[in-house]
Amino acid sequence: MPIGYYLALSGVLFAIGAAGVFLRRNLITLLLSVEIMLNAVNLSFVAFGRQQGSVDGQIITFFVMTVAAAEAAVGLALVIALFRHRESLNPEAFTSLKW
Amino acid sequence: MRRGCSILGSDLILFGLFAAVAVMGSLAVIGQKNPIYSVLALILSFFGLSGLYVLLEAPFVAVVQIIIYAGAIMVLFLFVVMLLNVPREDAAEWDRTHPYYRPAPAVLGSALAAATLGLLAWAFSRTPGLGAGVADARPAASSVGQLGRVLFTDYMFAFEVTSILILIAMVGAVALARKREQ
Repeated sequence: MPIGYYLALSGVLFAIGAAGVFLRRNLITLLLSVEIMLNAVNLSFVAFGRQQGSVDGQIITFFVMTVAAAEAAVGLALVIALFRHRESLNPEAFTSLKW
Repeated sequence: MRRGCSILGSDLILFGLFAAVAVMGSLAVIGQKNPIYSVLALILSFFGLSGLYVLLEAPFVAVVQIIIYAGAIMVLFLFVVMLLNVPREDAAEWDRTHPYYRPAPAVLGSALAAATLGLLAWAFSRTPGLGAGVADARPAASSVGQLGRVLFTDYMFAFEVTSILILIAMVGAVALARKREQ
């Protein structure tokens, strides 16, 4: 398998995640799109690590997963707190800090 | 665990299969109106990625992807979606009043996205070595013992900092999601 295939797939997945962040108006789907982007990068790390024959790529993947878990926990807690305030998940509903 | 490059054909078929699962799942995530289906589609996408990790001779990452990502993080998402019980219509409407949908920003944004895509494709086509087989040069380093040894020596500091990060995230999540007493 040429490494270019993995990099291309990783780029496609990252683009899908970025498109989700830009296009969707739902906080939970936004967080899911961020997870897609993190996973796309993970795939690149593992592919490069395999090419180098080292375990570093896989270890960075573990760290990314840990950060993703922390991000999901805090992000979802924020979503719950926001939902209590406005009864909505649309980011457009949270404009109190907008000038 | 060593996959021979002699069976390149079957490797290519498996890669196509897993890549299709991952891409379709991701597209379904951003195409669904109901967040529950989005979460389930993302779990499907993670299974595809897990298969790709097996193809890359990283079986431990593949297992962790399923257990931690699909099993723990996505279940957290599912809990929140069900806890909030967001109605289907309000949950994920494509907001037509958003500035992105006005003609001028839409055209500008699409042009920028197309330019970025073109630039990326151009850079991709000029990068040497992309056709090199991912498993050709070096033998795979994938045993759990090897991973653990590197994780607890070279990456010791990062590992310990990670534990503090998780502690902070845990405390922060509890503090944020708690009901405020008057």
